[in-house]
Amino acid sequence: MHTDSENYKKYVNARAKKSPLAKDCLRAFLVGGAICTGAQGLLALYKGWGMEKDDAAALVSVTLVFLTALLTGIGVFDNIAKFAGAGTLVPITGFANAVSAPAIDTKGEGFVLGVGAKIFSIAGPVILYGITAGTLYGVIYWIINTFF
Amino acid sequence: MGQSIIKLPGPIYIAGASTVVGHEEFAGPLGEYFDFHDPKDDTFGMDTWEKAESEMQRMAVGSLLGRSKLKDGDIAALFSGDLLNQCTGSAYGLLSYNIPFFGLYGACSTAAEGLCLGSLYAATVGGRVISAVSSHYCSAERQFRYPMEYGGQRPPTAQWTVTGAAAFLLSDQRESYYPRDVENECLPRITEVMPGISVDRGISDANNMGAAMAPAALDTLMRYFSESGLSPDAFDLIVTGDLGAEGSSILCDFARAAGLDIAAVHTDCGNMIYDAAATDKHAGGSGCGCSAVVTAGYLLHEMRAGRLRDILFLGTGALMSPMSVQQGQSIPGIAHLVRITTA
Repeated sequence: MHTDSENYKKYVNARAKKSPLAKDCLRAFLVGGAICTGAQGLLALYKGWGMEKDDAAALVSVTLVFLTALLTGIGVFDNIAKFAGAGTLVPITGFANAVSAPAIDTKGEGFVLGVGAKIFSIAGPVILYGITAGTLYGVIYWIINTFF
Repeated sequence: MGQSIIKLPGPIYIAGASTVVGHEEFAGPLGEYFDFHDPKDDTFGMDTWEKAESEMQRMAVGSLLGRSKLKDGDIAALFSGDLLNQCTGSAYGLLSYNIPFFGLYGACSTAAEGLCLGSLYAATVGGRVISAVSSHYCSAERQFRYPMEYGGQRPPTAQWTVTGAAAFLLSDQRESYYPRDVENECLPRITEVMPGISVDRGISDANNMGAAMAPAALDTLMRYFSESGLSPDAFDLIVTGDLGAEGSSILCDFARAAGLDIAAVHTDCGNMIYDAAATDKHAGGSGCGCSAVVTAGYLLHEMRAGRLRDILFLGTGALMSPMSVQQGQSIPGIAHLVRITTA
Protein backbone atom coordinates (compact mmCIF):
# COMPACT_ATOMS: atom_id res chain seq x y z
CA MET A 1 0.00 0.00 0.00
CA HIS A 2 1.32 3.42 -0.93
CA THR A 3 0.96 5.41 2.24
CA ASP A 4 3.54 8.02 1.53
CA SER A 5 2.46 11.03 -0.55
CA GLU A 6 5.30 10.97 -3.07
CA ASN A 7 4.71 7.32 -3.91
CA TYR A 8 0.99 7.90 -4.14
CA LYS A 9 1.43 10.86 -6.50
CA LYS A 10 3.76 8.79 -8.70
CA TYR A 11 1.28 5.93 -8.75
CA VAL A 12 -1.62 8.26 -9.61
CA ASN A 13 0.30 10.05 -12.36
CA ALA A 14 1.47 6.77 -13.85
CA ARG A 15 -2.02 5.29 -14.06
CA ALA A 16 -3.95 8.44 -15.11
CA LYS A 17 -5.02 8.19 -18.73
CA LYS A 18 -3.36 10.94 -20.73
CA SER A 19 -5.10 13.14 -23.26
CA PRO A 20 -4.80 11.60 -26.77
CA LEU A 21 -1.88 13.72 -28.01
CA ALA A 22 -1.74 12.58 -31.64
CA LYS A 23 -5.50 12.95 -32.15
CA ASP A 24 -5.54 16.36 -30.41
CA CYS A 25 -2.58 17.57 -32.52
CA LEU A 26 -4.19 16.41 -35.76
CA ARG A 27 -7.50 18.10 -34.94
CA ALA A 28 -5.71 21.29 -33.87
CA PHE A 29 -3.72 21.27 -37.11
CA LEU A 30 -6.79 20.75 -39.29
CA VAL A 31 -9.11 23.25 -37.57
CA GLY A 32 -6.40 25.83 -36.86
CA GLY A 33 -5.15 25.48 -40.43
CA ALA A 34 -8.68 25.86 -41.78
CA ILE A 35 -9.20 29.06 -39.75
CA CYS A 36 -5.91 30.51 -41.03
CA THR A 37 -6.69 29.47 -44.61
CA GLY A 38 -10.13 31.06 -44.36
CA ALA A 39 -8.53 34.23 -42.95
CA GLN A 40 -6.08 34.28 -45.87
CA GLY A 41 -9.07 34.01 -48.22
CA LEU A 42 -10.70 36.96 -46.46
CA LEU A 43 -7.50 38.98 -46.84
CA ALA A 44 -7.50 38.30 -50.57
CA LEU A 45 -11.17 39.22 -50.78
CA TYR A 46 -10.75 42.51 -48.90
CA LYS A 47 -7.73 43.43 -51.03
CA GLY A 48 -9.76 42.54 -54.10
CA TRP A 49 -12.30 45.11 -52.92
CA GLY A 50 -9.53 47.68 -53.17
CA MET A 51 -8.30 47.91 -49.58
CA GLU A 52 -4.68 48.58 -48.60
CA LYS A 53 -2.89 45.48 -47.24
CA ASP A 54 -2.65 46.82 -43.66
CA ASP A 55 -6.30 47.85 -43.58
CA ALA A 56 -7.37 44.51 -45.07
CA ALA A 57 -5.30 42.60 -42.47
CA ALA A 58 -6.87 44.57 -39.62
CA LEU A 59 -10.33 43.91 -41.03
CA VAL A 60 -9.57 40.18 -41.19
CA SER A 61 -8.80 40.21 -37.44
CA VAL A 62 -11.97 42.17 -36.75
CA THR A 63 -13.98 39.68 -38.81
CA LEU A 64 -12.55 36.67 -36.91
CA VAL A 65 -13.17 38.35 -33.53
CA PHE A 66 -16.73 39.18 -34.56
CA LEU A 67 -17.46 35.65 -35.78
CA THR A 68 -15.99 34.13 -32.60
CA ALA A 69 -18.01 36.44 -30.36
CA LEU A 70 -21.14 35.59 -32.36
CA LEU A 71 -20.50 31.83 -32.15
CA THR A 72 -19.70 32.15 -28.44
CA GLY A 73 -22.93 34.08 -27.87
CA ILE A 74 -25.11 31.49 -29.57
CA GLY A 75 -23.40 28.69 -27.65
CA VAL A 76 -21.60 27.00 -30.54
CA PHE A 77 -17.97 28.00 -30.06
CA ASP A 78 -17.29 25.89 -26.97
CA ASN A 79 -18.39 22.78 -28.88
CA ILE A 80 -16.02 23.58 -31.74
CA ALA A 81 -13.21 24.30 -29.26
CA LYS A 82 -13.83 21.02 -27.43
CA PHE A 83 -13.13 19.27 -30.73
CA ALA A 84 -10.36 21.55 -31.97
CA GLY A 85 -8.39 22.33 -28.78
CA ALA A 86 -5.39 24.46 -29.64
CA GLY A 87 -6.77 24.80 -33.18
CA THR A 88 -9.22 27.45 -31.99
CA LEU A 89 -7.18 28.57 -28.97
CA VAL A 90 -4.03 29.74 -30.71
CA PRO A 91 -5.47 32.01 -33.46
CA ILE A 92 -7.15 35.27 -32.44
CA THR A 93 -10.38 33.24 -32.06
CA GLY A 94 -9.13 31.88 -28.72
CA PHE A 95 -8.55 35.37 -27.40
CA ALA A 96 -11.95 36.60 -28.60
CA ASN A 97 -13.67 33.66 -26.93
CA ALA A 98 -11.72 34.21 -23.69
CA VAL A 99 -13.11 37.75 -23.53
CA SER A 100 -16.66 37.18 -24.79
CA ALA A 101 -17.36 34.06 -22.68
CA PRO A 102 -16.89 35.81 -19.29
CA ALA A 103 -18.81 38.83 -20.60
CA ILE A 104 -21.86 36.64 -21.25
CA ASP A 105 -21.36 34.59 -18.12
CA THR A 106 -21.13 37.44 -15.61
CA LYS A 107 -24.03 39.62 -16.71
CA GLY A 108 -26.07 38.26 -13.79
CA GLU A 109 -23.74 40.15 -11.44
CA GLY A 110 -24.35 43.45 -13.28
CA PHE A 111 -22.44 45.54 -15.80
CA VAL A 112 -19.94 46.99 -13.30
CA LEU A 113 -19.13 44.25 -10.77
CA GLY A 114 -19.94 41.43 -13.20
CA VAL A 115 -19.06 42.16 -16.82
CA GLY A 116 -16.78 45.11 -16.05
CA ALA A 117 -14.75 43.44 -13.35
CA LYS A 118 -14.59 39.95 -14.78
CA ILE A 119 -14.48 40.34 -18.58
CA PHE A 120 -10.68 39.93 -18.56
CA SER A 121 -10.58 37.20 -15.91
CA ILE A 122 -9.14 34.75 -18.46
CA ALA A 123 -7.55 37.06 -21.05
CA GLY A 124 -6.18 39.46 -18.39
CA PRO A 125 -2.80 37.75 -17.99
CA VAL A 126 -2.31 37.74 -21.77
CA ILE A 127 -3.12 41.44 -21.98
CA LEU A 128 -0.97 42.43 -18.98
CA TYR A 129 2.12 40.44 -19.88
CA GLY A 130 1.63 41.01 -23.62
CA ILE A 131 1.64 44.79 -23.14
CA THR A 132 4.52 44.59 -20.65
CA ALA A 133 6.61 42.49 -23.03
CA GLY A 134 5.73 44.82 -25.93
CA THR A 135 6.78 47.87 -23.90
CA LEU A 136 10.06 46.29 -22.85
CA TYR A 137 10.76 45.26 -26.43
CA GLY A 138 10.03 48.83 -27.56
CA VAL A 139 12.43 50.30 -25.03
CA ILE A 140 15.20 47.88 -26.06
CA TYR A 141 14.50 48.60 -29.75
CA TRP A 142 14.70 52.35 -29.08
CA ILE A 143 17.99 52.01 -27.15
CA ILE A 144 19.59 49.92 -29.90
CA ASN A 145 18.42 52.26 -32.67
CA THR A 146 19.40 55.42 -30.82
CA PHE A 147 22.83 54.52 -29.46
CA PHE A 148 24.22 51.88 -31.81
CA MET B 1 -15.20 6.73 20.92
CA GLY B 2 -15.90 9.44 18.38
CA GLN B 3 -13.93 7.60 15.74
CA SER B 4 -16.06 4.48 15.98
CA ILE B 5 -19.08 3.24 14.11
CA ILE B 6 -22.08 5.03 15.60
CA LYS B 7 -24.97 2.60 16.03
CA LEU B 8 -28.17 4.62 16.14
CA PRO B 9 -30.26 3.92 19.29
CA GLY B 10 -33.19 3.00 17.06
CA PRO B 11 -33.57 2.75 13.27
CA ILE B 12 -34.10 6.02 11.43
CA TYR B 13 -36.43 5.34 8.51
CA ILE B 14 -35.88 7.00 5.15
CA ALA B 15 -39.60 7.64 4.87
CA GLY B 16 -39.51 9.44 1.56
CA ALA B 17 -37.22 10.91 -1.07
CA SER B 18 -37.51 13.28 -3.96
CA THR B 19 -35.22 14.07 -6.89
CA VAL B 20 -34.87 16.89 -9.42
CA VAL B 21 -32.35 16.59 -12.29
CA GLY B 22 -31.16 18.32 -15.43
CA HIS B 23 -31.94 17.15 -18.94
CA GLU B 24 -28.69 15.21 -19.40
CA GLU B 25 -29.15 13.29 -16.16
CA PHE B 26 -32.74 12.54 -17.19
CA ALA B 27 -31.47 11.23 -20.52
CA GLY B 28 -28.94 8.97 -18.72
CA PRO B 29 -29.27 5.30 -17.75
CA LEU B 30 -31.13 6.13 -14.49
CA GLY B 31 -33.45 8.78 -15.96
CA GLU B 32 -36.66 6.86 -15.26
CA TYR B 33 -35.95 6.87 -11.51
CA PHE B 34 -35.91 10.67 -11.15
CA ASP B 35 -39.06 12.60 -10.18
CA PHE B 36 -38.62 15.95 -11.92
CA HIS B 37 -36.41 17.39 -14.63
CA ASP B 38 -36.05 20.48 -16.77
CA PRO B 39 -36.69 19.29 -20.33
CA LYS B 40 -35.17 22.36 -21.96
CA ASP B 41 -32.14 24.19 -20.67
CA ASP B 42 -31.75 23.42 -16.94
CA THR B 43 -32.64 27.01 -15.93
CA PHE B 44 -35.78 25.84 -14.07
CA GLY B 45 -37.35 29.12 -15.13
CA MET B 46 -34.71 31.29 -13.42
CA ASP B 47 -32.46 34.00 -14.86
CA THR B 48 -29.17 32.88 -13.23
CA TRP B 49 -27.68 29.41 -12.71
CA GLU B 50 -27.39 30.02 -8.97
CA LYS B 51 -31.11 30.74 -8.72
CA ALA B 52 -31.78 27.65 -10.85
CA GLU B 53 -29.88 25.52 -8.35
CA SER B 54 -31.81 27.01 -5.42
CA GLU B 55 -35.06 26.38 -7.27
CA MET B 56 -34.10 22.71 -7.65
CA GLN B 57 -33.67 22.38 -3.87
CA ARG B 58 -36.94 24.19 -3.27
CA MET B 59 -38.68 21.78 -5.67
CA ALA B 60 -37.10 18.69 -4.08
CA VAL B 61 -38.13 19.64 -0.54
CA GLY B 62 -41.49 21.01 -1.69
CA SER B 63 -42.46 17.86 -3.54
CA LEU B 64 -41.43 15.74 -0.55
CA LEU B 65 -43.65 17.82 1.75
CA GLY B 66 -46.44 17.88 -0.82
CA ARG B 67 -46.47 14.12 -1.35
CA SER B 68 -46.32 13.37 2.38
CA LYS B 69 -48.90 16.07 3.18
CA LEU B 70 -46.63 17.13 6.04
CA LYS B 71 -46.49 20.77 7.13
CA ASP B 72 -43.34 22.76 7.90
CA GLY B 73 -44.12 22.35 11.60
CA ASP B 74 -43.96 18.55 11.26
CA ILE B 75 -40.25 18.71 10.39
CA ALA B 76 -37.78 19.16 13.26
CA ALA B 77 -34.87 20.35 11.11
CA LEU B 78 -33.49 20.75 7.61
CA PHE B 79 -29.87 19.81 6.85
CA SER B 80 -28.75 20.94 3.45
CA GLY B 81 -25.66 21.72 1.41
CA ASP B 82 -24.36 22.53 -2.05
CA LEU B 83 -21.14 23.58 -3.80
CA LEU B 84 -21.70 27.32 -4.06
CA ASN B 85 -19.88 29.95 -2.04
CA GLN B 86 -21.26 30.15 1.49
CA CYS B 87 -23.87 27.48 0.68
CA THR B 88 -26.29 29.93 -0.91
CA GLY B 89 -27.86 27.24 -3.10
CA SER B 90 -29.36 25.76 0.06
CA ALA B 91 -29.89 28.93 2.08
CA TYR B 92 -31.86 30.71 -0.64
CA GLY B 93 -33.55 27.60 -1.96
CA LEU B 94 -34.97 26.67 1.44
CA LEU B 95 -35.77 30.21 2.58
CA SER B 96 -39.48 29.72 1.99
CA TYR B 97 -39.71 26.87 4.52
CA ASN B 98 -40.38 27.66 8.14
CA ILE B 99 -38.11 24.89 9.43
CA PRO B 100 -34.90 25.11 11.54
CA PHE B 101 -32.01 25.02 9.03
CA PHE B 102 -28.42 23.78 9.16
CA GLY B 103 -26.18 24.54 6.15
CA LEU B 104 -23.55 21.90 5.35
CA TYR B 105 -20.44 21.85 3.23
CA GLY B 106 -18.85 18.51 2.45
CA ALA B 107 -18.30 18.92 -1.29
CA CYS B 108 -19.54 15.77 -3.05
CA SER B 109 -19.86 13.99 0.31
CA THR B 110 -22.64 16.33 1.45
CA ALA B 111 -25.47 13.88 0.79
CA ALA B 112 -23.88 11.32 3.12
CA GLU B 113 -22.92 14.03 5.62
CA GLY B 114 -26.56 15.19 5.68
CA LEU B 115 -27.81 11.62 6.16
CA CYS B 116 -25.30 11.11 9.03
CA LEU B 117 -26.19 14.32 10.84
CA GLY B 118 -29.90 14.16 10.00
CA SER B 119 -30.27 10.63 11.32
CA LEU B 120 -28.31 11.48 14.47
CA TYR B 121 -30.57 14.50 14.98
CA ALA B 122 -33.74 12.47 14.42
CA ALA B 123 -32.44 9.76 16.74
CA THR B 124 -31.58 12.15 19.55
CA VAL B 125 -33.95 15.11 19.26
CA GLY B 126 -36.67 12.94 17.75
CA GLY B 127 -39.22 13.48 15.01
CA ARG B 128 -38.63 14.03 11.31
CA VAL B 129 -35.65 15.61 9.58
CA ILE B 130 -35.15 16.49 5.93
CA SER B 131 -31.66 16.17 4.42
CA ALA B 132 -31.26 17.89 1.08
CA VAL B 133 -28.43 18.73 -1.33
CA SER B 134 -27.97 20.18 -4.78
CA SER B 135 -25.38 20.81 -7.42
CA HIS B 136 -25.78 22.39 -10.84
CA TYR B 137 -23.30 21.86 -13.67
CA CYS B 138 -23.45 25.49 -14.77
CA SER B 139 -23.11 27.15 -11.36
CA ALA B 140 -20.29 24.75 -10.44
CA GLU B 141 -18.45 25.39 -13.73
CA ARG B 142 -18.63 29.12 -13.05
CA GLN B 143 -17.33 28.71 -9.52
CA PHE B 144 -14.67 26.06 -10.00
CA ARG B 145 -13.59 26.23 -13.64
CA TYR B 146 -14.35 28.60 -16.49
CA PRO B 147 -17.28 30.67 -17.79
CA MET B 148 -19.90 28.47 -19.46
CA GLU B 149 -19.12 29.40 -23.07
CA TYR B 150 -15.33 29.26 -22.71
CA GLY B 151 -13.88 26.85 -25.26
CA GLY B 152 -11.45 24.33 -23.81
CA GLN B 153 -10.67 20.65 -23.42
CA ARG B 154 -10.52 18.62 -20.23
CA PRO B 155 -8.32 15.64 -19.43
CA PRO B 156 -9.69 12.07 -19.30
CA THR B 157 -9.58 11.96 -15.47
CA ALA B 158 -11.83 15.01 -15.06
CA GLN B 159 -15.35 14.53 -13.73
CA TRP B 160 -18.59 16.25 -14.71
CA THR B 161 -20.72 18.06 -12.11
CA VAL B 162 -24.23 16.60 -12.01
CA THR B 163 -27.23 18.90 -12.25
CA GLY B 164 -29.36 17.39 -9.53
CA ALA B 165 -31.03 17.99 -6.20
CA ALA B 166 -32.46 15.48 -3.77
CA ALA B 167 -34.28 15.55 -0.47
CA PHE B 168 -34.55 12.66 1.99
CA LEU B 169 -37.21 12.51 4.69
CA LEU B 170 -35.77 10.87 7.81
CA SER B 171 -38.11 9.76 10.57
CA ASP B 172 -37.84 8.00 13.91
CA GLN B 173 -41.28 6.49 13.18
CA ARG B 174 -42.00 3.74 10.68
CA GLU B 175 -43.88 5.60 7.94
CA SER B 176 -43.70 5.70 4.17
CA TYR B 177 -44.36 8.56 1.78
CA TYR B 178 -43.05 7.09 -1.47
CA PRO B 179 -45.13 6.85 -4.63
CA ARG B 180 -46.87 3.46 -4.77
CA ASP B 181 -44.57 2.10 -7.45
CA VAL B 182 -43.46 -1.17 -5.82
CA GLU B 183 -45.38 -4.08 -4.30
CA ASN B 184 -44.62 -5.25 -0.76
CA GLU B 185 -42.45 -2.25 -0.09
CA CYS B 186 -39.42 -2.81 2.15
CA LEU B 187 -38.80 0.43 4.03
CA PRO B 188 -35.14 1.49 4.02
CA ARG B 189 -33.65 2.60 7.31
CA ILE B 190 -30.35 3.91 8.57
CA THR B 191 -28.88 1.85 11.39
CA GLU B 192 -25.25 2.92 11.54
CA VAL B 193 -23.19 5.91 10.49
CA MET B 194 -19.44 6.50 10.52
CA PRO B 195 -18.13 10.04 10.11
CA GLY B 196 -15.21 10.43 7.74
CA ILE B 197 -11.75 11.72 8.61
CA SER B 198 -10.02 14.10 6.17
CA VAL B 199 -7.15 12.41 4.34
CA ASP B 200 -4.64 14.27 2.18
CA ARG B 201 -2.24 12.19 0.08
CA GLY B 202 -0.79 15.18 -1.75
CA ILE B 203 -2.87 15.21 -4.95
CA SER B 204 -3.14 18.80 -6.19
CA ASP B 205 -4.71 18.19 -9.61
CA ALA B 206 -8.34 19.39 -9.54
CA ASN B 207 -8.88 17.41 -12.74
CA ASN B 208 -8.24 14.18 -10.88
CA MET B 209 -10.46 14.40 -7.83
CA GLY B 210 -11.08 10.65 -7.86
CA ALA B 211 -7.43 10.15 -6.91
CA ALA B 212 -7.70 12.81 -4.19
CA MET B 213 -10.78 11.18 -2.62
CA ALA B 214 -9.97 7.46 -2.96
CA PRO B 215 -7.60 7.39 0.07
CA ALA B 216 -10.33 8.90 2.26
CA ALA B 217 -12.82 6.26 1.10
CA LEU B 218 -10.24 3.58 1.84
CA ASP B 219 -9.64 5.00 5.33
CA THR B 220 -13.34 4.95 6.22
CA LEU B 221 -13.87 1.47 4.76
CA MET B 222 -10.85 0.01 6.56
CA ARG B 223 -12.02 1.51 9.87
CA TYR B 224 -15.56 0.21 9.31
CA PHE B 225 -14.61 -3.34 8.44
CA SER B 226 -11.90 -3.68 11.07
CA GLU B 227 -14.28 -2.51 13.81
CA SER B 228 -17.43 -4.28 12.66
CA GLY B 229 -15.66 -7.55 11.91
CA LEU B 230 -17.91 -7.93 8.85
CA SER B 231 -16.64 -8.77 5.39
CA PRO B 232 -17.61 -6.86 2.22
CA ASP B 233 -19.71 -9.76 0.92
CA ALA B 234 -22.08 -9.25 3.87
CA PHE B 235 -23.43 -6.33 1.83
CA ASP B 236 -25.38 -6.26 -1.40
CA LEU B 237 -23.57 -3.12 -2.41
CA ILE B 238 -20.79 -0.81 -1.26
CA VAL B 239 -21.58 2.34 -3.14
CA THR B 240 -19.23 5.32 -3.21
CA GLY B 241 -20.19 8.71 -4.56
CA ASP B 242 -18.43 10.05 -6.48
CA LEU B 243 -15.00 8.65 -7.12
CA GLY B 244 -15.69 8.27 -10.83
CA ALA B 245 -13.92 5.70 -12.99
CA GLU B 246 -10.39 6.67 -11.93
CA GLY B 247 -11.01 6.92 -8.18
CA SER B 248 -13.09 3.72 -8.10
CA SER B 249 -10.35 1.74 -9.67
CA ILE B 250 -7.73 3.20 -7.28
CA LEU B 251 -9.98 2.38 -4.29
CA CYS B 252 -10.48 -1.24 -5.37
CA ASP B 253 -6.74 -1.68 -6.01
CA PHE B 254 -5.75 -0.30 -2.62
CA ALA B 255 -8.47 -2.13 -0.74
CA ARG B 256 -7.31 -5.41 -2.30
CA ALA B 257 -3.71 -4.60 -1.36
CA ALA B 258 -4.91 -4.02 2.22
CA GLY B 259 -6.68 -7.39 2.25
CA LEU B 260 -10.22 -6.11 1.64
CA ASP B 261 -11.71 -7.35 -1.61
CA ILE B 262 -14.60 -5.05 -2.43
CA ALA B 263 -14.49 -5.18 -6.23
CA ALA B 264 -17.40 -7.64 -6.51
CA VAL B 265 -19.80 -5.50 -4.48
CA HIS B 266 -18.45 -2.02 -5.19
CA THR B 267 -20.10 0.50 -7.43
CA ASP B 268 -19.89 4.27 -7.73
CA CYS B 269 -22.65 6.82 -8.31
CA GLY B 270 -20.39 8.81 -10.64
CA ASN B 271 -20.12 5.76 -12.91
CA MET B 272 -23.86 5.10 -12.93
CA ILE B 273 -25.53 8.40 -13.73
CA TYR B 274 -24.23 8.93 -17.28
CA ASP B 275 -23.38 6.77 -20.22
CA ALA B 276 -19.90 8.29 -19.89
CA ALA B 277 -18.47 6.96 -23.15
CA ALA B 278 -21.43 7.97 -25.31
CA THR B 279 -21.89 11.42 -23.81
CA ASP B 280 -18.18 12.26 -23.34
CA LYS B 281 -18.32 12.61 -19.57
CA HIS B 282 -14.71 11.47 -19.11
CA ALA B 283 -14.30 9.90 -15.63
CA GLY B 284 -18.03 10.21 -14.79
CA GLY B 285 -20.29 12.36 -12.63
CA SER B 286 -19.50 14.33 -9.50
CA GLY B 287 -21.00 17.06 -7.34
CA CYS B 288 -23.27 16.88 -4.29
CA GLY B 289 -26.23 16.09 -6.49
CA CYS B 290 -24.67 13.00 -8.07
CA SER B 291 -24.61 10.58 -5.15
CA ALA B 292 -27.79 12.20 -3.80
CA VAL B 293 -30.01 11.62 -6.83
CA VAL B 294 -28.56 8.17 -7.54
CA THR B 295 -29.26 7.14 -3.94
CA ALA B 296 -32.62 8.89 -3.55
CA GLY B 297 -33.85 7.93 -7.00
CA TYR B 298 -32.35 4.58 -7.94
CA LEU B 299 -30.82 2.87 -4.88
CA LEU B 300 -33.76 3.51 -2.54
CA HIS B 301 -36.14 2.28 -5.24
CA GLU B 302 -34.17 -0.96 -5.53
CA MET B 303 -34.16 -1.35 -1.73
CA ARG B 304 -37.89 -0.73 -1.50
CA ALA B 305 -38.47 -3.30 -4.23
CA GLY B 306 -36.41 -5.81 -2.23
CA ARG B 307 -33.63 -6.16 -4.80
CA LEU B 308 -31.06 -4.60 -2.44
CA ARG B 309 -31.30 -5.32 1.28
CA ASP B 310 -28.19 -4.03 2.98
CA ILE B 311 -25.87 -1.39 1.55
CA LEU B 312 -23.01 0.83 2.65
CA PHE B 313 -23.23 4.30 1.17
CA LEU B 314 -19.97 6.27 1.27
CA GLY B 315 -20.22 9.91 0.28
CA THR B 316 -16.79 11.09 -0.83
CA GLY B 317 -15.82 14.75 -1.09
CA ALA B 318 -12.80 16.74 -2.28
CA LEU B 319 -12.46 19.59 0.19
CA MET B 320 -10.74 22.19 -1.97
CA SER B 321 -11.66 25.63 -3.27
CA PRO B 322 -10.55 27.30 -6.51
CA MET B 323 -8.29 29.51 -4.37
CA SER B 324 -6.63 26.65 -2.49
CA VAL B 325 -5.90 24.98 -5.84
CA GLN B 326 -4.45 28.22 -7.30
CA GLN B 327 -2.26 28.56 -4.22
CA GLY B 328 -0.87 25.11 -4.91
CA GLN B 329 -2.31 23.36 -1.87
CA SER B 330 -3.07 19.67 -2.18
CA ILE B 331 -6.66 18.41 -2.05
CA PRO B 332 -7.91 16.64 1.09
CA GLY B 333 -10.62 14.03 0.65
CA ILE B 334 -13.30 12.84 3.05
CA ALA B 335 -15.72 9.91 3.09
CA HIS B 336 -18.74 9.62 5.37
CA LEU B 337 -20.38 6.21 5.70
CA VAL B 338 -24.08 5.43 6.11
CA ARG B 339 -25.46 1.92 6.44
CA ILE B 340 -28.89 1.62 4.86
CA THR B 341 -30.79 -1.60 5.30
CA THR B 342 -34.21 -3.18 4.93
CA ALA B 343 -33.19 -6.47 6.49
